[in-house]
Amino acid sequence: MEYVAHDESAFVAPAEVEEVELYHPKTFIGKYIWSQDAKVIAIQYAITAIGIGLVALVLSWLMRLQLGFPDRFSFIDPSNYLQFVTMHGMIMVIYLLTALFLGGFGNYLIPLMVGARDMVFPYVNMVSYWVYLFAVLLLTASFFVPGGPTGSGWTLYPPQAILQGTPGATWGIILMLVSLAFFIVGFTMGGLNYVVTVLQARTRGMTLMRMPLTVWGIFMATVLALLAFPALLVSAIMMLFDLLLGTSFFMPALVSMGQQSEHAGGNPLLFQHLFWFFGHPEVYIVALPAFGIVSDLLSVHARKNIFGYRMMVWAIVAIGALSFLVWAHHMYVSGMNPYFGFFFATTTLIIAVPTAIKVYNWVLTLWHGNIRLTVPMLFAIGFIFAFIHGGLTGLFLGNVTVSVPLSDTMFVVAHFHMVMAVAPIMVVFGAIYHWYPKITGRMLDDTLGKVHFWATFLGTYAIYLPMHYLGFLGVPRRYYAIGGTDFIPESAHSLNAGITIAALIVGAFQLVFLYNLAWSYFKGKPSGGNPWGATTLEWQTPDTPPKHGNFGATLPVVYRWAYDYSVPGAAEDFIPQNVPPREVARSSGKT
Amino acid sequence: MSLFDQLLAKPWATEQGKIDDLYAGSASHGHAQRLALRVFLAVVAVLFMLLLIAYGGRMAYEDWRPAPQVRLLWANTLVLILSSVALQWAQYSVRRGQRDAMRVGLLAAGAFTVVFLFGQVLAWRQLGTMVYFEVTNPAIAFFYLITGVHGLHLLGGLVAWGRTVARVWGDFDVATIRQSVELCTVYWHFLLLVWLVLFGLLFTGNNLDLLLKLCGIR
Repeated sequence: MEYVAHDESAFVAPAEVEEVELYHPKTFIGKYIWSQDAKVIAIQYAITAIGIGLVALVLSWLMRLQLGFPDRFSFIDPSNYLQFVTMHGMIMVIYLLTALFLGGFGNYLIPLMVGARDMVFPYVNMVSYWVYLFAVLLLTASFFVPGGPTGSGWTLYPPQAILQGTPGATWGIILMLVSLAFFIVGFTMGGLNYVVTVLQARTRGMTLMRMPLTVWGIFMATVLALLAFPALLVSAIMMLFDLLLGTSFFMPALVSMGQQSEHAGGNPLLFQHLFWFFGHPEVYIVALPAFGIVSDLLSVHARKNIFGYRMMVWAIVAIGALSFLVWAHHMYVSGMNPYFGFFFATTTLIIAVPTAIKVYNWVLTLWHGNIRLTVPMLFAIGFIFAFIHGGLTGLFLGNVTVSVPLSDTMFVVAHFHMVMAVAPIMVVFGAIYHWYPKITGRMLDDTLGKVHFWATFLGTYAIYLPMHYLGFLGVPRRYYAIGGTDFIPESAHSLNAGITIAALIVGAFQLVFLYNLAWSYFKGKPSGGNPWGATTLEWQTPDTPPKHGNFGATLPVVYRWAYDYSVPGAAEDFIPQNVPPREVARSSGKT
Repeated sequence: MSLFDQLLAKPWATEQGKIDDLYAGSASHGHAQRLALRVFLAVVAVLFMLLLIAYGGRMAYEDWRPAPQVRLLWANTLVLILSSVALQWAQYSVRRGQRDAMRVGLLAAGAFTVVFLFGQVLAWRQLGTMVYFEVTNPAIAFFYLITGVHGLHLLGGLVAWGRTVARVWGDFDVATIRQSVELCTVYWHFLLLVWLVLFGLLFTGNNLDLLLKLCGIR
């Protein structure tokens, strides 16, 4: 860390920052296809992620059709159903949320928010996207191979994932594992960029603690992803070995379809440990960017500084560190040593502390704020609801004694969808409504946005609240059909049908959002450079949308933290980060 | 200022503002490359650590059958050490502006690395022809997996090495080459360290007790 000589009275001269040599595209293809500009790469990531996410949305519809109206749809057989479950889960968690938060928002926001012209390694950044796209294509290809995609559940547990009898046990699982490996390679390239850009390319005056929480969240999530994805890579490679070369890393000696298999001596539990060593940090890889972004949305739209900024940063770091110590709470019923359960239940409860601190601080940011119920704000508040809800059920499931009877029931499905699907997707929508004006120069339509919010917010509650109750009744997850089981009353079947109708409606309302995106791009109200009156650097660019190089001739110099809202004595209710103290307009009659 | 001190700062306070205004901003591209390599090495370290723990975890089961010893690995280890030494020499030379010595060091390092990789393939073949060879024995499968992953990382290093070597003929900018050589040296030393740990703990006989003690299991 370098500091220049201290002279209080002197103006800090602008742009003594070393200028990086920018890549200059000459052709249309160079600018928009093989682009090395982080903003273009961000949009490529976002479109690809949302595109494959829509596929996963349709898969969830198909799943719900079967659960709500069993035996009504002849095109859904048990194999299809398992394939829908698997692909829906894997796509949503990895190919949509991880890619969108880190590849999409990370690429767009990190350079702009820290005052850099681009990522540190633009070429590597570009390759990262193309490798990601290849991974997505491989995954999509598995829908078209003999046997179809794998139906082993998104956790891909061996031995069943690669045994004949599981849908997609040959080509499906191979494509899934290879696609994951490519995803990880692509992500590692992008992730190195995000980390190094945050640490080494910040503009003058932008100390770590002056960074907006969005950057902190994305930064920490990237660190987690870099350290957690190797576990998934290792397990994918080892499973490929077991499948293709006949090794026995995970495959015990067993009889399958009346035949003694050729495997011997493998340990399936090893896979579960490796998978969840990745899988639990993955929850926070999705959650931390959401935490960061929602902090900024709340602060901007409540015209108030974020409550407890330092504590928010510490909580992000603490959650990141602790997230590597809780993985086996996914494995209470796996047959691992029961003493482990005690340890992991304890760490799980400890991680609730920094998480709760964040929730309190969000609520306290709203307290006495000048709240503007804009669409991003609505989604941010919706996030707080969903997250508290999913977080509290997490405390139930973190405790072994409560978790064991609830294991593999719909309660678990409701919990993780609340905390890991609804909550982050609320932030994704809020963030898109918030930054769309910067990306396109036009506002998204407000009325359509509000319709979209209320349909999504109320609709997701209509889906997941009753699902908790189904779980309490003991309705198992992953089952193609529950049939006439005694302990499941008839009302549970009606509830299931209701959930399905709600899911179809919520899904259909996403078309309003897509329509809004397309319509506003051409016809939306011009936004100007800073429509929300935000302080962070991305709103201070000379052009909207920002041009290649982001900041015009000179890089901005930062003089304050990101949360100077409603500062007493200032004429306006926000002071951008790059406004020096002497240039702050004072309100009349006050000093 | 240490990272810890930075995290204690109160960015909203006026006094802190005066200190923060002095932060000079982004570092050079060279700094960025060095940091990127270190972050990447952390990722690679996690990868090998997981393989090591998986191996150790598997060893602890009663039906564990150790893999037969391949003596060739001792020779390979020596060759890998030599390649690291050669790169260290290249780095030493480039820092003193001795171009010829640097070229020799670089070429020697590359040659030793290729010999190492060739030796590893030979070790694979030796193990494959032994009577004890059994593909379902986890010890043997782990051996192929771990040496393979390590070899792939060296191959990746050879790409960077090749790009450096291609630029050291004729007239060249010593500063950029120096940076490349230094990065290569760090990478090679790291992979040597990884190999020594893997080889020492996993492939030199039954070190289960030691490994379990290191993992804190016993």
